[in-house]
Amino acid sequence: MATNEIDAVTGTPTTGHEWDGIKELNTPLPRWWLWTFYACIVWSVAYWIVYPAWPLVSSYTTGLFGYSSRANVAADIAALQALRGAKSIALGKTELVDIEKDPALLAFARAQGRAAFGDNCAPCHGSGAAGSKGYPNLNDDDWLWGGTLDAVYQTIQYGARSGHAKARENQMPAFGKDGTLKKDEIVQVASYVRSLSGLTVPQGVNLEAGKKLFADNCAVCHGDDAKGNQELGAPNLTDRIWLYGGDQDSVIDTIANARSGVMPAWTDRLDPVTIKALAVYVHTLGGGR
Amino acid sequence: MAQSTVRKTMTFGEGGLAFVFAVTTLLCLVGAAKAHDAPFAFHAFLSAAASVAAVFLIFRGYFNRPAELPGQETDDGRANYNDGPIKFATLAAVFWGIAGFVVGLWIALELAYPVLNFDLPWINFGRLRPLHTSAVIFAFGGNVLLASSFYVVQRTCRARLAGRLAPWFVILGYNFFIVIAGTGYLLGVTQGKEYAEPEWYADLWLTIVWVVYLLVFLATLIKRKEPHIYVANWFYLAFIVTIAVLHLGNNATLPVSVFGSKSYIVWAGVQDAMFQWWYGHNAVGFFLTAGFLGIMYYFVPKQAERPVYSYRLSIVHFWALIFLYIWAGPHHLHYTSLPDWAQTLGMTFSIMLWMPSWGGMINGLMTLSGAWDKLRTDPVLRMLVVSVAFYGMSTFEGPMMSIKAVNSLSHYTDWTVGHVHSGALGWVGFVSFGAIYCMVPWLWNKKQMYSLKAVNWHFWIATIGIVLYVSAMWVSGILQGLMWRAYTSLGFLEYSFIETVEAMHPFYAIRALGGGLFVVGALIFAWNVWMTVRSGEPAAVAQSAMQPAE
Repeated sequence: MATNEIDAVTGTPTTGHEWDGIKELNTPLPRWWLWTFYACIVWSVAYWIVYPAWPLVSSYTTGLFGYSSRANVAADIAALQALRGAKSIALGKTELVDIEKDPALLAFARAQGRAAFGDNCAPCHGSGAAGSKGYPNLNDDDWLWGGTLDAVYQTIQYGARSGHAKARENQMPAFGKDGTLKKDEIVQVASYVRSLSGLTVPQGVNLEAGKKLFADNCAVCHGDDAKGNQELGAPNLTDRIWLYGGDQDSVIDTIANARSGVMPAWTDRLDPVTIKALAVYVHTLGGGR
Repeated sequence: MAQSTVRKTMTFGEGGLAFVFAVTTLLCLVGAAKAHDAPFAFHAFLSAAASVAAVFLIFRGYFNRPAELPGQETDDGRANYNDGPIKFATLAAVFWGIAGFVVGLWIALELAYPVLNFDLPWINFGRLRPLHTSAVIFAFGGNVLLASSFYVVQRTCRARLAGRLAPWFVILGYNFFIVIAGTGYLLGVTQGKEYAEPEWYADLWLTIVWVVYLLVFLATLIKRKEPHIYVANWFYLAFIVTIAVLHLGNNATLPVSVFGSKSYIVWAGVQDAMFQWWYGHNAVGFFLTAGFLGIMYYFVPKQAERPVYSYRLSIVHFWALIFLYIWAGPHHLHYTSLPDWAQTLGMTFSIMLWMPSWGGMINGLMTLSGAWDKLRTDPVLRMLVVSVAFYGMSTFEGPMMSIKAVNSLSHYTDWTVGHVHSGALGWVGFVSFGAIYCMVPWLWNKKQMYSLKAVNWHFWIATIGIVLYVSAMWVSGILQGLMWRAYTSLGFLEYSFIETVEAMHPFYAIRALGGGLFVVGALIFAWNVWMTVRSGEPAAVAQSAMQPAE
């Protein structure tokens, strides 16, 4: 090595090789680098002794304490259940109607319901349950299928037009598509329905004819007073609350083509306690009956 | 060279390759006719057209060349370097780089403002994201690796690139693979494996191209005039060999039909996941690290005009790096159904990998001892050095994130995205820009880049972009991880998923801004490369004799 050229800047010998003008210094390995490398290796070997590490023919080295991430998950879940504690058990056992009578249990149910609502219901009904076109607002006291605790509970469990045997089912006829009503008749009914909410209707439309058409075709579900029927899931048409929009075109569209929104049945997706908590949460949002 | 009177004949290579491509044309047309799905038919037509073009190029090359084939040496006894394919790959890298960066910016904007999906299937996030990753990694990075490896192996071996048509076959064949892969993503053709999305026929084609690449590289090494193989070439060779192994392992698929684009992987369940991340992490380790370390080992000492800091360090960190990297993949599957022992190995080998990675950083940075003053005056060197600094930073961050306790917070969050981009934009991006800024004047016999001022602007704009990008992702990733795991005192999740998404919005906007700056820098870079090639000041005559143009 002594024969090799010494680099003038660093005083370090080169290796004596050169490629396209590039030389190499023969600098020793930096000590801190080497010792840190060794330390990482020692740490890793120690880790292998403590934790599961090396595969064997039909098993693996399990480590000193028999660590298993599966057992860790089980322990985490157990810890969570312990944190929820007696209240979670009480929520499962308490009758639905009695939950709201116990302030502590109510607070617990609302906390669980809020968490479940955010990840399961909010995609359609919105984070604040305010709904959007086609998805009902759950804060108000206008209910399609009833706003009592039991009614809400049933709707959450089985959904609407979900395919579940106990789902909320109804079907408004598509008066235009089916040819039951003519175009101008639909305009008359739509105008009449909108007038019930005090909305201004286009001039020159025969509201009397609309009223008659309503009585003949719509009242059977929506009622003579158009206040709806929650047994049938027929909405109140006099309250200025419109699931699919209250402008003339939207109402005409609804009458002509009908609507049939779907809500999934949650009974097979969520555990019974969570569904109970959701029912309480939705019921206490502000509009519960 | 003595005036020769050799009669012009077609070589076996020219004739044979033209015949193979003629047959390929027919096979592709049969494939197009019998195709089960439209994208397959489209790709078969594209392949037929490319095969016809290949036959045309071979014949045009034959008619335009002199009777005598280019020699191994020039008249004055120097190696007669073959730079044509390198020039093509360099310009292709610039083109694909811009394309990949712009798509990346677009999908960053889509995340911040989803309306930009426009409800069009071809440009939704799911299809554009693999287009972005493949364009930047394989199209941009791949062409930089091809160009620089062919450049470096010739110079450090003092030997002409092996094969006459083979280097062109590698470069053009690889870029055709990119076209098939990219158009496939937009049409919905994908294996659904991250960083290995191209379907079986694209994979087969790449395999052929890659084997030829390996052979060209090896044959050039074998006929070297230097007694030893330079360290850059160790890294390039490790990259080429390992990528071949990874590619075959993770693309072991069975096509549903030889006339259809869909295939299924032979691995199942967690074994498939393990194969995927063995591949995925080593795409980072060998494509984006080993290959680019090869670039660093040539261009940093060359541009700094200083010897490499430590030969011993280069040996030790090379072997440590390639031995340890291949084990690190399972750290992508912490807390999954992957057995605990495999998770342990993935994590500990990642920790042990920290110092071997830093060995490269030390060798890169310390090579500047005695030349630090050049950082003030040479923006190209500054770019190269900052790339090494980013390399050091992300190879510390990586092992840290592989620790299970850290990973339980960072996994699936934007922190991972930030980590990847500090490596991708800072290390791979900057070292590539630096290498191209060096190579372009050397390849086209110019004194220097057309505008060093523009290099400086590129450096600063892109650096600010990276800092914005990475810090936004750190904050949003950690915020995201903390929100996901937050429980109320009653034992319920504090935040719904959509609330965590809402919280990310400002950071996504900042990230897009950072990415936008990086794109601006890259556009300056592309303009500068173009101007250098077109109207850069010619190099002194002595230098041009040293580096004959093809």
